[in-house]
Amino acid sequence: MDYDVLIIGAGMSGLAAGIRLAYYGKRVCIVEKHYRVGGLNSFYNLGGHKLDVGLHAMTNYVPKGVKLAPLPKLLRQLKLKAEDFGLCPQQMSVIKFPDKTLRFNNDFDFFVQEVIDNFPRQADNFQKLLKTIFEYDELNLHAKPISAREVVSSIISDPLLSNMIFCPLMFYGNAQENDMEFGQFVIMFKSIFCEGFARPRAGVRRILDVLVKKYKACGGELKMRCAVKSLKCANSKVESILLENGEVLTADRILSSAGYVETMKLLTDYDFSKFNSHAGRLSFVEFILVLSKEPAEMGYETTIVFYNNSDRFDYRRPDGLVDVSSGVICCPNNFQFESPLPEGMIRITNLANFDLWNRLGEEEYKAQKAAWLETTLKEVVKFVPDFRDSIVFTDIFTPKTICRFTGRINGAVYGTPNKTKTGKTHLDNLFICGTDQGFLGIVGAMLSGISMANLHVLQKV
Amino acid sequence: MTKEQIKDTILKIIAQIIPDEDLSNLKGDIPIREQVELDSMDFLDIIMELRKRYGIEVPEDDYIHLATLDSSVAYLEPRMKEL
Repeated sequence: MDYDVLIIGAGMSGLAAGIRLAYYGKRVCIVEKHYRVGGLNSFYNLGGHKLDVGLHAMTNYVPKGVKLAPLPKLLRQLKLKAEDFGLCPQQMSVIKFPDKTLRFNNDFDFFVQEVIDNFPRQADNFQKLLKTIFEYDELNLHAKPISAREVVSSIISDPLLSNMIFCPLMFYGNAQENDMEFGQFVIMFKSIFCEGFARPRAGVRRILDVLVKKYKACGGELKMRCAVKSLKCANSKVESILLENGEVLTADRILSSAGYVETMKLLTDYDFSKFNSHAGRLSFVEFILVLSKEPAEMGYETTIVFYNNSDRFDYRRPDGLVDVSSGVICCPNNFQFESPLPEGMIRITNLANFDLWNRLGEEEYKAQKAAWLETTLKEVVKFVPDFRDSIVFTDIFTPKTICRFTGRINGAVYGTPNKTKTGKTHLDNLFICGTDQGFLGIVGAMLSGISMANLHVLQKV
Repeated sequence: MTKEQIKDTILKIIAQIIPDEDLSNLKGDIPIREQVELDSMDFLDIIMELRKRYGIEVPEDDYIHLATLDSSVAYLEPRMKEL
């Protein structure tokens, strides 16, 4: 088969790109190697429970009627209505460090006041930081990367406040260890603090459902369980696409959401030594705990806790299997839903080391999962009511699980630290979209697919 | 299409892309993007709709001709008069 555009991966970015292209009459095909769409933001059923991967909350939430923000922009581009995702705003989230707590909801002024109340001496500096953030053009694809740590510490003189601001921004979308590119920092700051969190009642399923239906209604083709084996290159172009099932496809242009290095590895002229250093190495372990009751019954109303329990805040691949000294505790029940979710749930995310998990034998792998569950629970009940007696079901995924289901090297959920913002590769008709292009978060991923489809396909006559 | 019909067509396309905006007072000689909330992504959709509905190809270098309503009509007239 011959297509105008072939898209690798039916995640958020691939589906969004597909909708744009199919809507405007391109012959487009998305190939997805998994039997399920979603990629890094997907879902599964286990033990009679409906579980999500990836999405804790959708960032960038703005109420209906706000026009100049990424979410409405995205809805317009995908020809969707504000109601389509069924987003319900969060209740209240917190950043908890030793001796300090900063709360935030979807009202930015509330967060600003929290910072001023808790760090009165930093009030002026914080305003200066906000000015710097708002004056920065984070969407400029050609901006030179600068260190967010350097920018922020040159303005905020209290490292505790600086770390507390960095903590959620890093956990929710930073591929770089210990530092963050300032453009990414601005994107994440706006998406989490200025805009906010929301979640559809049915979680990530709802969003994916809407995207797949729209894509198909526009005439797009979706091939599931259909992995790309290799991309045959000649004359600085990808000439044909060989699938694992032996089929050969051709396409004028290819958009890959598989990751930069992961895509390069599919090229028949791939030079391993050239690209390997670009692979990201930050990954996570997630503990999903189904409870016998609603967390609200235990008096717990917080949506998300970003905690750090040591004097430093280290965002880097840990030396051990898991780093429980900091993490994210998400309660999917605690959004403003019209009716309660069918069951109580707590999800805990911690930094983890892919190599160490990957090295374990089957028995040891299981034993380590159980042991780390104990360890992390002991840690998180310092921040939430002790819910351990209410746990009725547990599932745990590790960097190894992420790698197996998404194909991401090192299970690196935020991809490579070296983003390809323009989406261009050394081949004329091969482009990168999604995580490794560089707009992060769920809204960011979709905007990445849209932007790359616009820039590299639709704008070209 | 007459000039008036072309202008109506453009307004209908814009209304579809940004349904919440009031287009009744749009001035012909001032850039459209200075009068209504229309970002570069929305602007691209005007061009995409012209292609989708009427098969008109506007090359990237010519996007500038679609800045105002009047210049759009002038640019599109020779391309749309046979429609």
